[in-house]
Amino acid sequence: MTLMARELKASFAFVERNFNLTKRYWGWEFAWLIYSIAGALAVSLIGRSEGSERLLLVLVVGAIFWNFLSLVFEFIAETVQWERWEGTLEYTFMAPVRRYAQLLGSAIYAIGYGLVHTAVVLTVLALFFQLDLTHANFATAGAFIMLGSLSFMGIGIAAAILPLMYVERGGQMVFVIQSVLLLVSGVYYPISVLPGWMQAVSHFSPATYVLDGVRAGLIQGTPVTSLFADVWPLLVMGAVLIPLGMWTFGRAERYAKRTGKLKRVG
Amino acid sequence: MTTVLDQVNSEAIARPAPRLSPADAAEVPALLVEHLTKRFMVGRKRKPVVAVNDVSLRIRRGEIYGILGANGSGKSTLIRLVSTLLTLDKGRVEVFGHDVQREEMAVKRVINRVSVDAAFFKKLSPHENLSYAARLYGMDARDAKREAIRILARLGIGEKRLGRPLEQMSRGMQQKVAIARALLTSPTLLLLDEPTTGLDPRSKLDVQSFIEEMRDSHDATIVLTTHDLDEAERLCDRIALLNDGRIVAEDTPDGLKTMIADEYGKEPTLESVFMTFTGRSLDDDIGEEDQNKEDDS
Repeated sequence: MTLMARELKASFAFVERNFNLTKRYWGWEFAWLIYSIAGALAVSLIGRSEGSERLLLVLVVGAIFWNFLSLVFEFIAETVQWERWEGTLEYTFMAPVRRYAQLLGSAIYAIGYGLVHTAVVLTVLALFFQLDLTHANFATAGAFIMLGSLSFMGIGIAAAILPLMYVERGGQMVFVIQSVLLLVSGVYYPISVLPGWMQAVSHFSPATYVLDGVRAGLIQGTPVTSLFADVWPLLVMGAVLIPLGMWTFGRAERYAKRTGKLKRVG
Repeated sequence: MTTVLDQVNSEAIARPAPRLSPADAAEVPALLVEHLTKRFMVGRKRKPVVAVNDVSLRIRRGEIYGILGANGSGKSTLIRLVSTLLTLDKGRVEVFGHDVQREEMAVKRVINRVSVDAAFFKKLSPHENLSYAARLYGMDARDAKREAIRILARLGIGEKRLGRPLEQMSRGMQQKVAIARALLTSPTLLLLDEPTTGLDPRSKLDVQSFIEEMRDSHDATIVLTTHDLDEAERLCDRIALLNDGRIVAEDTPDGLKTMIADEYGKEPTLESVFMTFTGRSLDDDIGEEDQNKEDDS
């Protein structure tokens, strides 16, 4: 068996395992879906209360696509945390699987899971608000979702080292990164309302460009070819953040093996 | 003043590696450990604790090699070092000639480990957990399922139970599934880290019989850490006694008894061997552990 085939098979192990876990925790998944729908509705209703159809669409897109990006981020970032909780971390790390195959498998499932989840939330919100999406360019939205997923994979992989290094509190630290990204990325408001230094920070968040692109596609029907200013930063971030995340994870794994932190269950 | 224990200990520590025939010496050992040391920094003051201290072992292919030691003696750390779950501070470890640090992936392909706590996704069924394990090791999931059914049937778990979540199974059954999972990948070096601790007598007997069967029918070398002296005596070809991270004695069960026969006066048992070399009783140690668990709960 070639190395590539072996690693792809190993990646599929994580996809299948996560699918089985989703299936077994179906009650939790259902509750999480309701929570996501309720949260997106609550935010979007601010637009309705203001009587602005455009504000409503801006908030709907912000709520739904932030939900997608944060799901991808959380799923990957919590790869280690989850295994610590189940007590399987050592078993997985002892298996003859390269770390990129493990993280690729987790990322593929995270994107698939996020897309299904987001599609359900989008459908519910579209029906609830009777949204007019006849002019929407879904190809643009899809392209930005894929591009944004790459960057969020990189950030998620880097964030996954926190539960590896900090056994008790690493999981909570992941939420800090998530909340900072939420703050600076213009999810529910334009970044122009942020202080100057925060606006500067927002340029380093992939979510800023994803939300710009998706809003332009879904609200104005802009094709992706006209959104190069949002595309290239995402390409650069994806190309930099994934290798950087992998490198960081490798260093953290080495640290955990030196200090014995794979053993402990948080 | 030099006590009998000191004399025996110093002889044991000074004793060279086990006597090997020229053929054995030429053969690549299943596991070679040379002067292995591992330290951890513990507490706020980062106090260094030596968990494994200058340990050397040479385990031949096909052997069942027992490691006996009290809690905190370094047994599990030693197993983790061989399993690539810890980095070495000093020394060298080779599995079938592959260095655990430089050829980590090659080592991972030929080993598997069963730990004291059956580490599973408890919401998943045995079938789902075993399918995950099979894919990690590059096996075909259908072949793996067939093999798992065969192994689990041998361990007394019927096919109809393979679809239920593991959390609904007893601790003994979970441990049997853990053994099946390890065997599924046909490891040539199987690391059993207290596989029968906490099992009921029936499950313990099933697992022990299965280990004996593996020795006879599989081309596997087994390293077994245990608290159970009867188990060690029954299963192991050779036994090393580990105390405070150091190997204080190593031989066949009979060989160990012979070492202390003169000083002991009557027919020695493995318990008396353990007490002589470590200065403590393994039963006391387990009692302490149980008490600690009760206190914790």
